[in-house]
Amino acid sequence: MDEMLLRELTPAVIGVLTRRGLDFASAEDAVQEALIQATRTWTDDMPSDPKGWLVTVAWRKFLDGHRSEEARREREFRTWAEPPPGPTENADDTLQLFFLCAHPLLSPSSAVALTLRAVAGLTTKQIAEAYLVPESTMAQRISRAKRAVRDVRFEEHGDLSTVRRVLYLVFNEGYTGDVDLASEAIRLTRQLAVLSADEETAGLLALMLLHQARRSARTRPDGSLIPLAEQDRSRWDTTLVAEGVDILQAALARDRLGEFQVHAAIAALHADAQPVEETDWVQIVSWYDELVRITGSAVVQLNRAVAVGEADGAAAGLAALASVDRSVPRYAAAAAHLHEKAGDSQTAAELYVEAARLASSLAERHHLTLCAARIGQHRPGITES
Amino acid sequence: MAKYLFLKHYRGAPASANDVPMDQWTPQEIDAHMQYMEDFADKLRATGEFVDSQALGPEGTFVRYDGEGKPPVTDGPFAETKDLIAGWMLIDVDTYARALELAGELSAAPGAGGKPIHEWLEVRPAMGSPTTIED
Repeated sequence: MDEMLLRELTPAVIGVLTRRGLDFASAEDAVQEALIQATRTWTDDMPSDPKGWLVTVAWRKFLDGHRSEEARREREFRTWAEPPPGPTENADDTLQLFFLCAHPLLSPSSAVALTLRAVAGLTTKQIAEAYLVPESTMAQRISRAKRAVRDVRFEEHGDLSTVRRVLYLVFNEGYTGDVDLASEAIRLTRQLAVLSADEETAGLLALMLLHQARRSARTRPDGSLIPLAEQDRSRWDTTLVAEGVDILQAALARDRLGEFQVHAAIAALHADAQPVEETDWVQIVSWYDELVRITGSAVVQLNRAVAVGEADGAAAGLAALASVDRSVPRYAAAAAHLHEKAGDSQTAAELYVEAARLASSLAERHHLTLCAARIGQHRPGITES
Repeated sequence: MAKYLFLKHYRGAPASANDVPMDQWTPQEIDAHMQYMEDFADKLRATGEFVDSQALGPEGTFVRYDGEGKPPVTDGPFAETKDLIAGWMLIDVDTYARALELAGELSAAPGAGGKPIHEWLEVRPAMGSPTTIED
């Protein structure tokens, strides 16, 4: 029984059923039931056409479930009124499913949950575990999401940038239960990149691959963070780096620059530096300039100031920082880093303490507290007690 | 997609508007209060925003490790302790604004005279996992 195969097939089967006139929620329910039956029977008897099998069984499940209902007449009318099934491109259907699951009617967390369920084929229990909420909570969130998009027509043109954002949210969730959400996001983004043949989606995929390549080097066995500069670069996954760079270059060659492509370009420059001293900070700064132009985001300006500090020295970095809004997350951490680089230990230590207080994760807080302590010990006039 | 902890302080928070201690409420008033809290939790279960909640007993004890091979040290409860947590609820919502909205609603639970208590609730974000993108 191949669970991966089932998950691969799920979105295509939902797509076929929806194309046949089922509303999304019914199609999704029917496919879930068919999947359950598949896990029971495929162990002894693998069908020669697994997708056809799932479509047939899911369709039968749908019919069985609804024949007895009062709404039968209306539903059959609706089915009848739909265009005949005919030949359809499964690829298109899956893309539509991506759009539906990332529909603007849904809140980000609902969009993520629905995408993981309908497109990735994860069970409610798996999703709930990944997000550390009770299964009943996740079940409600998914049913509400399904209700919210019940009347959305499958043919409606969707917004690819919303889909990308949802996938990026999935990627950035660090929790690992039964499923690895980062790998799941990469798998889905690969699928989306093939379906949409869009350079920004390729940029997102490249970005994910380049980050994933560094994953095992980012934390110590005790879970604490290792900053980029201190990571053991021999542990970076060169296969993933190479793939990310190839995908990025192909996307950049099409000359339709977007945010994710620029982020990926910066990640690629870091990946290229062996050792860290060879990091091409000048080129990184010019990519940040590009990113500031595209997004105008204060977070980007903050990151740019740090990069300027590396390229042109701490004083230039601090000058660039002066124009950044102080309320940006991690402002204090960036300022601390630049002041430390400039030799102003006292200000740096104070800023590290402030940054630790504002940290959004425990690992980050520990890291920043350690930075403050490290400087404190080297400061003249401060003795260890 | 962030978790927030609502802390209900029995003592230690600023005084609520309808500030009558619970032991002076009538049984009906207490029932109405409990019902409100349950309905609130049920509503969040239905929206998929509920994670967990618990009322806590009033007696707390401080415990500390006291070295290899020794039993832990206990102390207290400290009768003069200023702060006392009466219970908590953990929610999982899309935005901080939503967390504030819900805390506001919870604070309107009825108290003495069936009127909203307007109590102060403490809202604390749960720390997340490290963000992936930080270069």
